[in-house]
Amino acid sequence: MDKLSRRKFVIIGLFILAGLIFIIRLFDLQVLSPVYKQSATNNVLRKVIQYPSRGLIYDRNGELLVYDQAAYDLLVTPREVRKFDTLLLCNLLEITKKDLLDRLKDARDYSPYKPSIIVKQITPERYAVLQEQLHKFHGFYTQTRTLRDYPKKMASHVLGYIGEVSNEMIEKDPYYQMGDYAGISGIEYTYEKDLRGEKGVEYFLVDVHSRIKGSYREGRNDVAAKTGKNLICTIDSELQEYIELLMQNKRGAVVALEPSTGEVLAMVSSPGYDPNLLVGRPRGQNFQLLQSDSLQPLFNRAITAIYPPGSTFKMAQALIALQEGVITPETEFHCDYGYHIGNYTMACHHNQDFNLNGAISHSCNAYFSYVFKGILEKPEFGSVKNGYDIWREYITSFGFGRKLGTDFYNEQSGSVPTSEYYEDNVFKGTRWRVPTINSLAIGQGELEITPIQMANYAAVLANRGFYYIPHIIKNVGDRELDERFREKNYAIINEEHFEKVINGMEKVFEEGGTAYWTRINGITMCGKTGTAQNPHGKNHSVFVVFAPRENPKIAISAYVEFGGEGSSYAAPISSLIVEKYLTDTISYRRKWIEERMLDVVLLDPGTPD
Amino acid sequence: MARRNNIWANLDWVTISLYLVLVLLGWINIYAAVYNEQFESIFDISQRYGKQLIWIIAAIIIAFTTIILEAKFYVFFAYPIYIIFVFLLLIVLIIGTEIHGAKSWFVIAGFNIQPSEFTKFATALALARIISSHNFKIQKLKSMLSIAAIIGIPAVLIFLQNDTGSALVYVAFILVLYREGLSGVFLFFAILAVVLFILSLIISTFTIFIILAVLSLIIFYFLNQRIKDFGFVLIFLIVITSSFWALKILFLPQLNFSVAIMIGTAFSTILLLFWIIRKRLKKYLILIFIFLGALTFSLSVDYVFENILEPYQQNRINGLLGIVSDPLGADYNVNQSKIAIGSGGFSGKGFLNGTQTKFNFVPEQSTDFIFCTVGEEWGFIGTTVVVILFLLLLARLLIVAERQRSVFSRVYGYSVASILFLHFIINIGMTIGLMPVIGIPLPFFSYGGSSLWSFTILLSIFLRLDASRLELLY
Repeated sequence: MDKLSRRKFVIIGLFILAGLIFIIRLFDLQVLSPVYKQSATNNVLRKVIQYPSRGLIYDRNGELLVYDQAAYDLLVTPREVRKFDTLLLCNLLEITKKDLLDRLKDARDYSPYKPSIIVKQITPERYAVLQEQLHKFHGFYTQTRTLRDYPKKMASHVLGYIGEVSNEMIEKDPYYQMGDYAGISGIEYTYEKDLRGEKGVEYFLVDVHSRIKGSYREGRNDVAAKTGKNLICTIDSELQEYIELLMQNKRGAVVALEPSTGEVLAMVSSPGYDPNLLVGRPRGQNFQLLQSDSLQPLFNRAITAIYPPGSTFKMAQALIALQEGVITPETEFHCDYGYHIGNYTMACHHNQDFNLNGAISHSCNAYFSYVFKGILEKPEFGSVKNGYDIWREYITSFGFGRKLGTDFYNEQSGSVPTSEYYEDNVFKGTRWRVPTINSLAIGQGELEITPIQMANYAAVLANRGFYYIPHIIKNVGDRELDERFREKNYAIINEEHFEKVINGMEKVFEEGGTAYWTRINGITMCGKTGTAQNPHGKNHSVFVVFAPRENPKIAISAYVEFGGEGSSYAAPISSLIVEKYLTDTISYRRKWIEERMLDVVLLDPGTPD
Repeated sequence: MARRNNIWANLDWVTISLYLVLVLLGWINIYAAVYNEQFESIFDISQRYGKQLIWIIAAIIIAFTTIILEAKFYVFFAYPIYIIFVFLLLIVLIIGTEIHGAKSWFVIAGFNIQPSEFTKFATALALARIISSHNFKIQKLKSMLSIAAIIGIPAVLIFLQNDTGSALVYVAFILVLYREGLSGVFLFFAILAVVLFILSLIISTFTIFIILAVLSLIIFYFLNQRIKDFGFVLIFLIVITSSFWALKILFLPQLNFSVAIMIGTAFSTILLLFWIIRKRLKKYLILIFIFLGALTFSLSVDYVFENILEPYQQNRINGLLGIVSDPLGADYNVNQSKIAIGSGGFSGKGFLNGTQTKFNFVPEQSTDFIFCTVGEEWGFIGTTVVVILFLLLLARLLIVAERQRSVFSRVYGYSVASILFLHFIINIGMTIGLMPVIGIPLPFFSYGGSSLWSFTILLSIFLRLDASRLELLY
């Protein structure tokens, strides 16, 4: 045997040493130490997700708008299920035996080892009864969820709702798991990340009877759930409630802004729905009903509906003309029951000369047709097409035809057509002629404006030339308001021109003005009526207003579908809103207006005017 | 042709029997580990146990094929085989698929194949070939370097695939080299470094310090055998150390107790150096140096790991070490594994009655943690039988290796035994909390085609070489 060959003993010695160490260790683990046997009996470790309560939402005055209520999910781990009294469980859960067995089968198909939800959102009352009996059902246990609850049945479109996350959402954001809830629309959607908080995890040891024996490792591995941040929104719930009342039995939208901040004081889309309908187990069924309703209650008209602005657009026309020097406040145009040029006629109601004040207060179509023509054909612009491009640039600076960048879900841009659009669809290479697009002069035609853009326009007028992007949130927990909501955006019109137009808007409420009957003693309102042409039924009644004239506190846009002229519904409703907001009450002398507005039903489209 | 027929008679049937027993036990335990009431049949190929049966049958066919080939084939083609597999390792780095964070898989027609499993036998062949060459002498630098290259290249490539566990297996070849003449010092230091490294990540430095100190004293006593010297050293150490301790209490109350003790002992050991030099006990110098060196080593491993590295770097090192990152705290997996094994008791809960391994408490229960199922269902009896079976196989392989006439066959045999041994200690050590969690399979036991086939090829080539050991002298 050579010398090296003896080394085999070292190597084999090493093998045996390792084996011996293992056997000693195993003897210790398996035979001597009782610790592991004991922990094995308790060691059915259960991971329970701790769902954080979602952040609360308050209105601007600290009124609670949205809070959480507890609900419970029943889960099952199919592998742990033993024989149980199906009838008893069915009674406790209020489901049929077949239903229960189907759900159990689904759970088993999904995974025998992983827990699946059997019944969702059990109410606290039912849970109390179930909890007592739960020990009879091996493999079943509950977890706590939070659902939304709304103390005031209002502002459903603004607040939005939560729903189960979709597969795409799970893929996009790994925070979510199947069965989680997330904001689907409204504030719930926009501020989801702030509201949802952070899920936590608790580990429990459970015994063979699946009863919790205590926390695992004294909770060292647990992660506490972090409650979502509370939000304070800009809504004035009293005002919101009042507007919703005024808009009952009508279709349309009202947006009220605070011009000095861009905060949304109220946003109503009518018809609305009770937000409590979309909570808890009946949610699916109610959602179906709401979705199939022909009045489209789920649709937030204030943000997504597009209407022509009608005559409310005239102030913008006047401002552009003033800025471009096309008119002065004293410039007069003659209305001969309309505006006539060549074969073209734009009808109107007067036979007299109007200056700017009169044209606005009487809403003269002829006057603004001349103004529009003056702008587009201004010699310095070279061509009508150029003139149109410049005009459009002015118009978009008011916030029309583009997204404002609000914090609303699904904000629409509306449309102010580009010159290319007219080139391609209307003029098709021929010379641009103003009469062809003259309907823009009085806010009809291809213009598509959302109610919130309209309210923002009222705020621009109130502020004499600038606006803050409308927003719905004042405060997110301890976070500062987004930068974009704190900077002024300017319309490209000099400040001095605004007073000239506002003079006319004030005259709207004076004798001879289109909204004279809706005036309020002691409050100087500045407004403008409008009629949005509707090819599918009666015209929509439109109104924009801000008040008071100096240091305006509120700017409103109101659309009442099928309401006809602006003065008939949108104006009185707006004036009631102004009065309510500024004086907190409706004066005795105007009660009859309030009653009339509350009583009227305007759900039928009627026939086109 | 008569001789070829003789192959079957010449095969080492003891090894084959041990192999078959282990594979069969593995299969049964995989069945128990992933047992699913819906698919009760052990032959159901939609389940892992059914698939494992297919892997086993394929493995036997592979073994058969391997044995039919001439022994010469493996000698002549040792290098080409090695080169092909190293090349595959390169390819997989580029176009491989990542599974569980290791980019070490080819996915071909729905099957996952891990080339790094097969480089083990290729490396063993190349190593056997080079060591058996005429001008090879392990003491020569050139020979040393070529060995280092043969073992190092695949190890580094596998390491780059982020599969540190498999790369670590190449440490096993130190045993082979030791048998072939590598100085024992290498083996000693390699084992010491590995043990210290793992220990310093598992247990506290102070505990290691105590163990080292006591060990050194014992060694000193056996080397010196003079009670007077031993007593002097012991008292000297205790006096100096406790005076440091007293100093700490008086002046530095915020200082850690164990730090004070360690500084004291280190200081007194340095003082001892002078005494040793004066007393001309120079041969004990080495002992003191090893003691101080080992202490410094484990201290620095610990210090660097805890204080200098950022948490993400620690995780990365854990990852590099193959210590599985663990969402439930560092020892969740090991704890679950120990609970599963411990709950088996002396005789186990019985076949298919384990609860710990079935409810997904133990991770990877059919692959890396298959030993848990053995422990839980068959108890101490079962685990001991498995450990002994492995020891028997390893011992048998050494015996067979030693009876070879050719260096080639012997080196190859030692390689087989060493590779199996490393898998054995890392895998079982991990499940009972004696090793960090390094994900490598338990040979013949763990679920998976690649690993079963690679171990089968590894073993059957050796069986083939052994069967013709009387024919040729390489």
